[in-house]
Amino acid sequence: MRRGETLVQWSLAIVALSAIAVLALIIIFIFKEGSPIIARLGMVQFITGTKWSPTRGMFGILPMIVGSVWVTLGALLIGVPIGLATAIFLAEMAPSGTSQILKSAIQLLAGIPSVVFGFIGLVILVPLIRQWLGGPGFSVLAAGIVLGIMILPTIVSVCYDVLKAVPQAYREGMLALGATRWQTIKMVVLPAARPGIIAAVILGMGRAVGETMAVIMVAGNATRIPVSPLEPVRTLTSNIALEMGYAVGEHREALFATGIVLFIIIALLNTLARLVARVEKV
Amino acid sequence: MTDRRVTLLFASITGLTVIILVVIIGYVMVNGLPGLTLPFLLESPREMGRTGGVFPAIVGTVLLTGIALIIAAPVGILTAVYLTEYTRDTWLPKIVRFGTESLAGIPSIIFGLFGFLFFVIYLDLGWSVLSGALTLSAMILPTIVRTSEEAIRAVPDAYREVSLALGSTRWQTVTSVVLPSAKPGIMTGVMLAIGRAIGETAAVIFTAGSSLRLPRTLLDSTRTLPVHFYILAREGISLENAYSTAAVLILLILAINIAAYTIMDRLAKKES
Amino acid sequence: MAEIEALRGRCTREDNNRCIPENGSAVKIHARNFSFFYGEHCALRNVSLEIKPKQLFTIMGPSGSGKTTFLRALNRLGDLIPNTRHEGSLKIDGTDVYDSRIDIPELRRNVGMVFALPVALPMSIFSNVAHGPQMQGVRHQKELEEIVEKALRDAILWDEVKNRLNDYASRLSGGQLQRLSIARVLALEPDIILLDEPTSGLDPISTLRIEELLWELVERYTIILVTHNPLQAARIDSKTAFFLMGELIETGSAYDIFTRPKDKRTEDYVSGKFG
Repeated sequence: MRRGETLVQWSLAIVALSAIAVLALIIIFIFKEGSPIIARLGMVQFITGTKWSPTRGMFGILPMIVGSVWVTLGALLIGVPIGLATAIFLAEMAPSGTSQILKSAIQLLAGIPSVVFGFIGLVILVPLIRQWLGGPGFSVLAAGIVLGIMILPTIVSVCYDVLKAVPQAYREGMLALGATRWQTIKMVVLPAARPGIIAAVILGMGRAVGETMAVIMVAGNATRIPVSPLEPVRTLTSNIALEMGYAVGEHREALFATGIVLFIIIALLNTLARLVARVEKV
Repeated sequence: MTDRRVTLLFASITGLTVIILVVIIGYVMVNGLPGLTLPFLLESPREMGRTGGVFPAIVGTVLLTGIALIIAAPVGILTAVYLTEYTRDTWLPKIVRFGTESLAGIPSIIFGLFGFLFFVIYLDLGWSVLSGALTLSAMILPTIVRTSEEAIRAVPDAYREVSLALGSTRWQTVTSVVLPSAKPGIMTGVMLAIGRAIGETAAVIFTAGSSLRLPRTLLDSTRTLPVHFYILAREGISLENAYSTAAVLILLILAINIAAYTIMDRLAKKES
Repeated sequence: MAEIEALRGRCTREDNNRCIPENGSAVKIHARNFSFFYGEHCALRNVSLEIKPKQLFTIMGPSGSGKTTFLRALNRLGDLIPNTRHEGSLKIDGTDVYDSRIDIPELRRNVGMVFALPVALPMSIFSNVAHGPQMQGVRHQKELEEIVEKALRDAILWDEVKNRLNDYASRLSGGQLQRLSIARVLALEPDIILLDEPTSGLDPISTLRIEELLWELVERYTIILVTHNPLQAARIDSKTAFFLMGELIETGSAYDIFTRPKDKRTEDYVSGKFG
């Protein structure tokens, strides 16, 4: 009986290690494939080069790095205020029945495949931008809006849980002092929920940086550094997805190297999230 | 600002969020439902998908998601059991948790790259149902671990104590008391994972390929609904069929969501 | 002190020789200098006591006195908490429960436990009682049915639930649930039954039924009852031990403990000065 339990424990431990094994395999294979070209060009050259022209052997991904940053900032600018306001309304203001229904509706948004988001952006948003704001329509703005909508469910549900976790006594104490509900939310609830809200923002950031298919369809994908939100842009993820289909040799290596840079950015974001969580807890 | 104005403002923003949802789903349905006929579901595509149906893509989607689930669900649930019930050692669970959390943050395109290098090329499985399914299983693993872990942690400790005090082993307690109690939560997590797997494009397109033919073996290439939709829409092959394909996808995901809630509801009622 | 007077009148059970220690008979449970630590905190200090077979033994003391810790050491349920350790010996039938060769599930089947809060496992009434035997490997439906019926009869619950064995156990009342907990333990035919404040959540009538039940069960089992309530200890009227802050202050018949306590602290407790 006892031996059986030890066996179970070890078997479970081995199964549980599969997650870390997958992570290790991902790192090994992508670094093995992508690092030779980084070693040849030099990391600095690779990430500060402004020309991406595989046919001429030029591999600089600065435009894509800048592109990812722009698009992600756009997504946060749109997704965070709307998401936070929605979460506040659902958690603090709406009657609980209404709030439950709206919450599950917004969760449906999370289930919609990213290609569908991209497509809707392509057929509705891009023409609108072209018509009203000028430019080709395929732009930082279009990608930012689409991504902003895509991270909404994440922001809403995490912020909602965080707000709900603020003790009721905080609110009651404030209201008892004669504060209005909005004052209470602004001065007590939001500060108490701050660490969780920051975590939600970082989570949303991670999703936005990593999103691929939706961005490809609306961003225009030009390999230039955009100077206005109305110009087309290419992100790190798009760069990989667009060219993987036909890349060979050095070109393919460069795409895996792009994957390495993306991987490092995501790892930094995760570390940042963990640090914030630790610092804010104190 | 007065309370009423703020409430009004925030309610409008919430309304905006909901309107976005309605517009997206509505737009796809209005344009896609007319073409969504029984032949569309049951026929193979002709002329690269310009005419004909999406049957092979439906089969591909079901196969990929099903196999991914068969692999990821047991591994994920057992990992969660390990993390919640067997964590006497201090370093191993920490590593496991770090692994699943990191995996959860990795973008799907990276999974695609990895699947291509490892399954398609290194293990020589080629663009195939199997490569795609294995890649997807790695991608949905963290979702299943996290939701299962939450569900298992929510099981009252008193159940475990009673069962152990009756002379059950840890493992017997897990299988006969803990997992049955955590079932609704675990099922919801699995449903979430299915939803993610069905809608995934980037990780699948480089691992399962985009063959339009019906796969005959697990080593045949196939294309899933989102990949089919992406190719139709991006290459401008047929907007009409693209809309209908998107409608199939969204209906599928709605159905899974509704099924998840129904299961949860029914189990919750049976309990009380 | 009316309670004590009442007790004197009720002490007819001394006929069973249970108020008075039997001399010379075998020892079922033997603790010698037994201590138990949660991390640095010492929850039990140098406890030495003997409990005889088919004896009803009451452990009385305020919360934090170590009485639950003692019970949980007996069936090794204390193992569930990380960073614990023990000193001294704690023997059942001459074998130390902390012996490395001991089969813990086997020990726990032999030393059944009823918890303070009535817990229904999330399954039917029948499955609750059948759970232990099933986990032990009893598979035949017929055999299980017999075990379940006998256990429920012994716990005086059969008549109340015989027509709804497949109902969810959580639908039972608190008192019924606690008798179900006892039936769950009886189904394993243990030697020893531990009860950790089994009536703390129950109304007076349910409490009395359980106390009566204990006197029936002690014909066949060694029973340790833990209570923080001196009145209950007086009512139960068995051999009693008083625990305080992890130490065993004194043991004796309930009559002695209540009428002529050897220790001032015992006197204070039974007369309600603290606790």
